[in-house]
Amino acid sequence: MPGAIYAEGLVKTFGDVRALDGVDLDVPEGTVLGLLGPNGAGKTTTVRCLTTLLRPDSGTAVVAGIDVLKHPDAVRRSVGLSGQFAAVDEYLTGRENLQMVGQLYQMKAKAAKARADELLEQFNLADAADRTTKTYSGGMRRRLDLAAALVVSPPVMFMDEPTTGLDPRNRQQLWEVIKQLVSGGTTLLLTTQYLEEADHLAHDIAVVDHGRVIARGTSDQLKARTGGERVEVVVHEREHIRAAAEVLQGFGKGDTTIEDHMRKLTVPVTGGAKLLAEIIRELDSRGIEIDDIGLRRPTLDDVFLSLTGHLAEAKDEDTGETQDPKNRKRGKETAK
Amino acid sequence: MTAATDAAPVAAPTNAISQSVRDSLVVAKRNLIRMSRIPEMVIFGLIQPIMFVVLFSYVFGGSMNIGGSTDPDKYREFLMAGIFAQTVTFATAGAGAGIADDMHKGLIDRFRSLPMARGAVLTGRTLADLVQTALTLFVLAVVALLVGWRTHTSFGEVLAAFGLLLLLGYAFTWIGALIGLSVRTPEAATSGGLIWLFPVTFVSNAFVDSSQMTPWLRHIADWNPFSATVQACRELFGNPGVSPSDAWPMQHPVWASLIYSVLIVVVFRTLAVRKYRSATA
Repeated sequence: MPGAIYAEGLVKTFGDVRALDGVDLDVPEGTVLGLLGPNGAGKTTTVRCLTTLLRPDSGTAVVAGIDVLKHPDAVRRSVGLSGQFAAVDEYLTGRENLQMVGQLYQMKAKAAKARADELLEQFNLADAADRTTKTYSGGMRRRLDLAAALVVSPPVMFMDEPTTGLDPRNRQQLWEVIKQLVSGGTTLLLTTQYLEEADHLAHDIAVVDHGRVIARGTSDQLKARTGGERVEVVVHEREHIRAAAEVLQGFGKGDTTIEDHMRKLTVPVTGGAKLLAEIIRELDSRGIEIDDIGLRRPTLDDVFLSLTGHLAEAKDEDTGETQDPKNRKRGKETAK
Repeated sequence: MTAATDAAPVAAPTNAISQSVRDSLVVAKRNLIRMSRIPEMVIFGLIQPIMFVVLFSYVFGGSMNIGGSTDPDKYREFLMAGIFAQTVTFATAGAGAGIADDMHKGLIDRFRSLPMARGAVLTGRTLADLVQTALTLFVLAVVALLVGWRTHTSFGEVLAAFGLLLLLGYAFTWIGALIGLSVRTPEAATSGGLIWLFPVTFVSNAFVDSSQMTPWLRHIADWNPFSATVQACRELFGNPGVSPSDAWPMQHPVWASLIYSVLIVVVFRTLAVRKYRSATA
C-alpha cells in the first residue's frame, strides 16, 4: 500500500528547464521525510505539484490516499501547506489571519474563531493575537504561517524551507514546534537546505539534485555514505602537513584531504569529542603545532560531494528566485 | 494521535454556489479590513478625482463649448458625469496592485492550497473595491455639489446613474484583476492598470463634446463602452451635453452601458479566474 505521500515519475518543465525529472517519493503514514537539496534542485516544485498548486507534465501523485491530479479539491481539504514565505496578511492581526483561513477551510465563523484562539495559545502568540502581523518578528510570522497550515489539523503537511532566513534561536523554537506536531502522528514532507535540519526533524531523507532524487535513507545511512563527522586541523607550519596527515590517517575512517595553501587537513572520523582529544594529544606529542582544530558535522556540501562528486550549486530554476545569497556564493566558489 | 485527529479534515461542501458566495465574502471582509488599516490609500484615491474636478472646471471651464455655450457652469455640469466615470475606472489599478501584491507575498499560494471556491479570492477583492468605489463616489458627489453641479431629474434616475457607474467600476476591476495576475510586481500592476485607462477615458465624451472630434476618433469615442456610461449618466442626471450622435450606444446609452459592463465582467472574470487557477508566484 502506498504511503500518505506517494509520487512516481513526476516531471515538470518550465520552458527549456526540466525542474522535475522523474521524482519518486514514498512517505509512510505518520513519518517525516526531509527533502534535502540546494536551491533550484526541484524541492519547491515537488511541493507545489503535491499540493495542487502546479500540475506536473507527467507522473502520478497520491496524497492522503487521494489522486492529486484527479481530485485536487479533495487533496486541498486534507493537506496543510506552509510555504517558503510566511504567507500571512500583514495588515490583519494574527487572530484575523487564522480566522480567515479557518473560514476558507469551510469552518463556521464561530468554530474558526475558537480554533484560532487555540492555535495562538499553542504557538505562543496569544499576547500578539490582536496586533497586525506587520509588527511581528520573522520568527513570529513563521509560527503564524505554520499555525495557519494547521487550522484543520490536516493528516498530511508540507513545509517548504520552514526555517530559511530565521536566526538560530528562532530556528530552534520552530523545530520544537514541528517536533511536537509530528509526535501527534501527522505525516510531514519538509524541504530544507540544511542537513542539520533534516537530521533533526526527519525520519528519512531524500536528497534531490537536478530534479531527481539521487539518494534516500535515514540520516545515519546518509552520513555513513558521507563519512559522518570529520576532523579539521590547521597546522601552524607548512612542513608539518605531512606528519599531521600521518597522524590523522591513523585515526580516520577515510582518506585525508589536504588543502595545502590553507595548511588545512580534513579526515572523516567516528568517535566524536573523545577522539578529538586523542588526536590533539598525539599531534602534541609529535611536536606538531596547530592553529585550529575542530569536529565538524557533514554539511549539505559534504553530502553532495560524496553523492555526486560536486558541491551543491545554487541555481534559480526552482522558483525563479534565489532565497539564500550564501548558498549562491558557495556555488560560485566551487566554480573556480 | 491527538494533534492530528482532534479536528477532522473538513467534509466536502454541499452547495457550490453558497460556498462561492461565502468564500467571496470572507475574502472581501479581509480586503476591507486591510483598506481600513491603510487609510492613506483611500485618501489618495479621493484626492486625485477631486483635483480633476477642480482643475477641469476652473482651468478648462471657460473655454469649452457645450451645446453651443461656453458658460463655465454649464461645463461643470457636463464634466461631472465624465469625472465620476473616470474615477470608478481608476479602481482597476487598485485591484490589480492588490492582487499582484498577494501573489508576490505568497498569499495567493496559500489561498490556492485551501479548499475554497476558485473564483472567491478575485471576487472578494473586486467586491471590496466596489465598496471603496462607492465611498469615493459619495465624497466626490458632495464635492461636485459644492462646485455647482446639480441634477435635474428624479431621485430614482440619479440613483440609477450611480448604479451604472458602480457597475462600470466593478467591471473594470476585473480587468485590473487580470492585469494583477499577469504581471510580476505590484508596481507593474499599478502602472499597467493605469496607462491604458488614459486613452480609454480621454478618447470619449467624458471631457469634451465628441461631436467636435475628427470623424475616425469620433467613431471610437461613440462606441467606447466608457462613453456609453457617461452619456447614460448625463441623460439620467439631466445634465447638458448629451451627444446627438446616431451611433447606437449614444442613442440607447443606459442599455449600452448595462450590456458593455456585464460583457466585460463575463469576459474578464472568465479570463482572470482561469489565470488564477494556474497562477505561479
